[in-house]
Amino acid sequence: MTARRIMTADEVRRALVRISHEIVEKHGGTDGLALVGVQRRGVPLATRLADAIEAHEAVRLPVGTLDITFHRDDLALSQRQPVVRGTELPFELASLTLVIIDDVLYTGRTVRAAMDALMDHGRPKAVRLAVLVDRGHRELPIRADHVGKNVPTSREEVIRVHLKEVDEGEDEVVIERQSDDGAEKSDTEPRRGAGANEAASWGT
Amino acid sequence: MTEAGEPLDSLPGWPRHLLDVAGMSQVAVEEVMRRADEMASVLARPTARLPTLQGRRVTILFYEASTRTRVSFEIAAKALSADVVNITVAGSSVTKGESLIDTVRTIEALGSDVLVLRHSRSGAPYLAAQHFGGHIVNAGDGWHAHPTQALLDLYTLRRHLGGKGGLRGRKIVILGDILHSRVARSNVWTLTGAGAHVWLCGPPTLIAGFEGWARAMRIGDAASPASDASARGELSVTSDLDWALREADAVMCLRLQRERQEAGLLPSLREYSARYALTAERLRLAHPEAVVLHPGPMNEGTEIAPEVVTSDRSLIGEQVANGVAVRMALLSLMSAQA
Repeated sequence: MTARRIMTADEVRRALVRISHEIVEKHGGTDGLALVGVQRRGVPLATRLADAIEAHEAVRLPVGTLDITFHRDDLALSQRQPVVRGTELPFELASLTLVIIDDVLYTGRTVRAAMDALMDHGRPKAVRLAVLVDRGHRELPIRADHVGKNVPTSREEVIRVHLKEVDEGEDEVVIERQSDDGAEKSDTEPRRGAGANEAASWGT
Repeated sequence: MTEAGEPLDSLPGWPRHLLDVAGMSQVAVEEVMRRADEMASVLARPTARLPTLQGRRVTILFYEASTRTRVSFEIAAKALSADVVNITVAGSSVTKGESLIDTVRTIEALGSDVLVLRHSRSGAPYLAAQHFGGHIVNAGDGWHAHPTQALLDLYTLRRHLGGKGGLRGRKIVILGDILHSRVARSNVWTLTGAGAHVWLCGPPTLIAGFEGWARAMRIGDAASPASDASARGELSVTSDLDWALREADAVMCLRLQRERQEAGLLPSLREYSARYALTAERLRLAHPEAVVLHPGPMNEGTEIAPEVVTSDRSLIGEQVANGVAVRMALLSLMSAQA
């Protein structure tokens, strides 16, 4: 597996400052605007964007968090259950323009799930999308309004966003080529007749 | 453990079936509690529905009478957008002598991803799991286990006795017919697992044998290499109710079945009530803010006094409501690796 850095901490910071200006410019101000970070790395990114906007507009935008686990369409395909971190939207959606914030835009399925999850909470005036990295390979008709960096990738590659709030060390974005043995294999074989005791045992 | 730091990104080793809570890791318990919180906020919305189990079929097969558990599972599965099939044993081929294995195979052949099973024989879900390709959820088997009840009791208690240490060091009394109770057995695992000190209390004939379990648990934990074993709360057994209730933080009352008297385990129901019914007067021995639980169905006046059921200390109604959220959490975890 080879890893290559495509964004340094400074580049991440500059991209976020630029996006923070773009969000306000596109909306024509900060009135009726709120940010929604997608769990997990979209959450610290949303907070940083709110910080940046506060620095140049002197207004603190409301920030919510969105957990899309229960809206994913690939839950059954993944062998491991994700840890749920929770949704918190401390505002009425009806009168707001919401900007969904995520780290990487890839197939578009996460964003589709995020929009579904949002709509369960109300009917926002408009929904926009800001991502730190757009790596292409969309499977749905979805596009980001604000992009930190466009990165052409192949499907065999993995983009890892490291943020100091979540990961160890400093901010960076790396691109890795996943070798076959490193890929998580999905076990789609039906396990009929597997011993009940084995299947029932709790991992510790 | 989540208290120790950041939770993991994904859960290691979530089993295919939910058959028991014995041996369930604290990481898994924490995830169920966290998901139940999410589900509770979903249930509070005007349209309480998630797409999580869209296109999945959940079959509910109960060989024993039940209202709340059965309806609770049905509401939970529907709130996750599953297709729900209810099988009433009284109107099924079971009355023609079809075996459990054949019934389970038939349900699988008809197409079902999750089978929620209640059976009067301990271990029946383990047998069913050997003949079913999907996920089995044990909704109560004989005297053995009632995992979803224990987890909803834990969830309810944590909401009220929460605070900093959670249930650690809390005194929780389980009162009544311990011997025949799958609820008591499962609750011992989850409550001591949360660090609570559990007291089992009832007439000597209905707590027989549990002293040995309490002793084995102490010995077993001392020898166990499992990381959270040392954190497990103590288990005590007594037939002295006044002693058990002293300074208790919670009392869980169990239903007393009339058949127990016929079996010669009790002199009379009146005698039982006189000595073991949870009354307002007895509850005064407990902590002033002690809460009361009952898994239902209740025999008011036999094991619990009506004034206790309706008092503001009673969480019995809340247990039922929390049951839906906890079962949604568990069903959402059953959706992977199908």
